[in-house]
Amino acid sequence: MWNWDMFFGSLPMVFKGMWVTLGVTIACYLFAMVFGFVWVFLKRIPFKPIQWIVSIILEFIRSTPPLVQLFFLFFGLPMVPYIGVSLSPLTVAVIGLGVHFSTYISEIYRSGIESVDKGQWEASIALNLSVKDKWIKVILPQAIPPTIPMLGNYLIIMFKEVPLTSTVGVAGMLFMADKFGARNWAYLEPYTLVAIFFLLLSYPSAVLIKKLENKLNRRFDKKAPLGAKNLKKGVAIDG
Amino acid sequence: MSPISQIGEIFPVLVQGLNTTILILITSAFFSFLVAFIAGFGRLSKNIILRKCTGFFVEIFRGTSLIIQLFWFFYALPILFGIDLGSEFWACVIAISMNYGAYMSETVRGSILSVSHGQTEAAIALNMSRFQRMKIVILPQAIRMMLPEFGNYLIQMLKATSLISLVGLADIVYKGQLYTNTNLSATPTVYLLILVFYFMIALPLIGLTKWAEKQSSKGVASQ
Repeated sequence: MWNWDMFFGSLPMVFKGMWVTLGVTIACYLFAMVFGFVWVFLKRIPFKPIQWIVSIILEFIRSTPPLVQLFFLFFGLPMVPYIGVSLSPLTVAVIGLGVHFSTYISEIYRSGIESVDKGQWEASIALNLSVKDKWIKVILPQAIPPTIPMLGNYLIIMFKEVPLTSTVGVAGMLFMADKFGARNWAYLEPYTLVAIFFLLLSYPSAVLIKKLENKLNRRFDKKAPLGAKNLKKGVAIDG
Repeated sequence: MSPISQIGEIFPVLVQGLNTTILILITSAFFSFLVAFIAGFGRLSKNIILRKCTGFFVEIFRGTSLIIQLFWFFYALPILFGIDLGSEFWACVIAISMNYGAYMSETVRGSILSVSHGQTEAAIALNMSRFQRMKIVILPQAIRMMLPEFGNYLIQMLKATSLISLVGLADIVYKGQLYTNTNLSATPTVYLLILVFYFMIALPLIGLTKWAEKQSSKGVASQ
């Protein structure tokens, strides 16, 4: 039966786990953000076989369970002859989830880059910009900001995948709840508490991102850019 | 042991678990479609209580992660309400289908709303009842738009079925883990092979999704 003592008893442990969960989420996310670019540029190499191989690798990582990928990194990798290294749970979590989600994030980057107007590419050639300048000064500043809401959604999705890492021993919320449950033989209350924590953290962020999306949609709307804003005054903008 | 003979030995072990994985996938896919349509229509209902209740349900299941829901259904529900779901199998199916049903209900709702309003007006002009409007005019177009999203969710669901090994259901991952307990050196091969197994199941689903993407915009009046 429901026991409030157990509920409040597990609160400190779960709260401590929350910081780990949040930290791991951010670390994984940063890794995925950076690694996403690697995929984008690998896919842009103008040599078909490489593109095919990269596509297959991306599809493979994307359509196989992150849980098994984590297991492979944690249990499998140290056993690989010659090159095997054993990694700490935290490293496994960051690399495993980071690589898994980088495949999704690279897709977002790609959509952003493709939506940059063709004239911008031509203009940067006409201005004789170097490859580096073209990407850093022209293309990326236009490609990335409109994708921020989508990137934000993936942050929330990733946050909800992080409890998977408790299976390889990262002491996040779920791990702490397990530990508390095993010690006091009460699983109901700590699990419920973890669920509440997740809800409290992810729901407001989702609402926030929705708001941001509406705001950015207005700002980056190609048909009605900033200058045209006044025309729309008094008209409900849905989105 | 050579890698080839090692694979030859691991393969049959993993095939034993294939049954459970696919059975769970199909059963929870069926139920999540059901949940998705019920919840999707619930959120479009005129009745405010029904709308709020389904909204609450959807946000609860979207806001927490599947692994926690699975554990909750598995460990907490029997204690809390004395409900024994009968078997681990059904606890897993319910957790997965509730979770993905909630996500997919958003697709159902979004697709129905994105069918052009002119279609509804035309149906009203043709003196169709509310039910007829939905069944004959709106849904056939909305379902086309839902298809690619559903395909994506099917792939997600396949990945999610790997979680059931954590509560002790004998799926591919579980069988593989059991094997590695006695053959430690085979661990990398086992996990790689499990990944390949999942990829092989996912391939037809990926093809299906690509096909659905082509179909989705045909004959649809969207806004």
